[in-house]
Amino acid sequence: MSAVIELTGVTREYGRPPTTALDGVSLRVDHGEMVAVVGPSGSGKSTLLNVLGTLDRPTSGTVAVDGVDVATQSDAQLSALRAHRIGFVFQQFHLSDGVCATDNVADGLLYTGTPIRERRRRATEALHRVGLGHRLTHRPNQLSGGERQRVAIARAVVHRPPLLLADEPTGNLDSRAGEGIVALLHELHAEGTSIVVITHDVELARRLPRRVTIRDGRVADDSARASETATVSVGRPDLGAGS
Amino acid sequence: MTGQDGVGDARSRLLASDVARLGVSGLVARPTRAVLSALGIAIGIAAMIAVVGISTSSRAQLTATLDQLGTNLLTASQGTDFFGESVSLPLTAGASAGNVDGVESAATTGSVPDTGVYRNSRVPDGNTNGITLRTASPRLLEVLEAEVATGSWLTAGTAQYPVVVLGAEAAELLGVAEAGRHVVIADSEYVVAGILEPVPLAAEIDSSALVGEVAGESLAGEPVAPTTVYTRVDPERVEQVRELIAPTIQPRSPSDVEVTRPSDALAAKQAADQAFTGLLVGLGSVALLVGGIGVANTMVISVLERRREIGLRRALGATKPHIRRQFLAEALFLSALGGVAGVVLGTGVTAVFAVSKGWPVSIPPVVLAGGLAATLVIGALAGLWPAVRAARIPPTEALQS
Repeated sequence: MSAVIELTGVTREYGRPPTTALDGVSLRVDHGEMVAVVGPSGSGKSTLLNVLGTLDRPTSGTVAVDGVDVATQSDAQLSALRAHRIGFVFQQFHLSDGVCATDNVADGLLYTGTPIRERRRRATEALHRVGLGHRLTHRPNQLSGGERQRVAIARAVVHRPPLLLADEPTGNLDSRAGEGIVALLHELHAEGTSIVVITHDVELARRLPRRVTIRDGRVADDSARASETATVSVGRPDLGAGS
Repeated sequence: MTGQDGVGDARSRLLASDVARLGVSGLVARPTRAVLSALGIAIGIAAMIAVVGISTSSRAQLTATLDQLGTNLLTASQGTDFFGESVSLPLTAGASAGNVDGVESAATTGSVPDTGVYRNSRVPDGNTNGITLRTASPRLLEVLEAEVATGSWLTAGTAQYPVVVLGAEAAELLGVAEAGRHVVIADSEYVVAGILEPVPLAAEIDSSALVGEVAGESLAGEPVAPTTVYTRVDPERVEQVRELIAPTIQPRSPSDVEVTRPSDALAAKQAADQAFTGLLVGLGSVALLVGGIGVANTMVISVLERRREIGLRRALGATKPHIRRQFLAEALFLSALGGVAGVVLGTGVTAVFAVSKGWPVSIPPVVLAGGLAATLVIGALAGLWPAVRAARIPPTEALQS
């Protein structure tokens, strides 16, 4: 298995005097893996997600997406990477209230140069995939929290990215809606998407094949447990190890 | 793994049609704000177009008037000599003017001094209402291209009898509405043969009562000397003829004759209006500038409010130029909205004003096109800085709550 994303000795500092958000993090996620990144708030989880998603660059260390070193890529090239190969799911959904579910999802293809008809067709398909085939023309404010997060997930996977990054995807949901979202992520994983879920919810993390615990900007624990899903996560490299 | 080599060649692309769609949807999401800031631009453009449109319409009216009246009428009047005494023209002035090479026709009027025209014999002497009694040569009507409103002009026959033709204003002052009525001149009853339409190129005729030269002579007791000679001139040779008229009429003291071209006076009045128009256009452009600042302000606020949306778009794969284009498109649509509304409004104001004055509606298309182009330039300038700022917002913004 090759790495979909690999961090080697990544440090990220902010401000002056510098505060260290990530301190020498090495992490490798293989294609087809499903990983939970757990940690208390302030532990550097969000910074890690930003770095994983190429939204932020590390102060030192290397980040490689599909073997390509992010440091060598221009802003436009990283944008292209996000447009084609990474899907984002946010705790606050970030849906546009003014337009229907289909158009919200279609925006996931906006920066791939796909014409609007094709975007809408694939958005409809993605909404069916997340179980919202009956909510195509509803606006976000006509949907429940769980349904909104499903719309956001559909937008994140509409371009079929190899990597899906989710930041507290159940953070704003009640436990039942949260269950549904977790089940959906498992389905997407079963279809072959690599998924990294950032969460402070230990219960949620326990149900994913691999857990990485972050504390004070460092990887405190990276232990896998027996997979419950059909996809076997074999990629369990030691910290910082190359393949 | 499939598609792994796609990292290099799959680019982030935003279709031009989607840039337009994003620009419009950004405005539609906040309609009140869009309308209010477009209004600023609209008022500026409307003001400019109305000012220019009203001015060109009035010029079109003048051109039409001059075309109708002709610019080839030259008027020679008795002037004043070195000592300020008025010097009357020789009795032959009309005939000599008619002989000047290039003069097509000539006619004269001569004011009959100290003779009032009254409505009836009970009106006290001296209440002349400013009406002047003049003798008129037979071709006056033809030379002035004046029209008879009612009745008829003096004929060879009626010119010898107590018959009078009234100018438009004189008729009104005397309360005479139709031919056949009588007025009193030098204690005698005169029959009103006709009433003239207003004569724009010779306004003095409007306040005159005109009698034939023979009738005038009998009133004054001597032949009445012409005070004004009207000539129609070959349109190609107006300037040359203008030089010749005075020496021909008064060979000994040509400087005592004042030669004027009445159409010049109308054009000069118009030129004075032009200066005023320039001032108004200046005011309009200030309004436009204020409108542009309004658009810039709206865009700056919009960018501040939408940091998260911008972060999200960056996460979805938008490049910095894509974000820039989105906000620039929004600013352009905003000001174009104002521009179109302004052109419609300005054209409407011009049309209503011109029609109410009886002018032809004339707005040069280049002004309309220029107005729209100006709004696009303003939109681009007003949107540039906010758009650049928007593109600088880091993509990590999407994750901050």
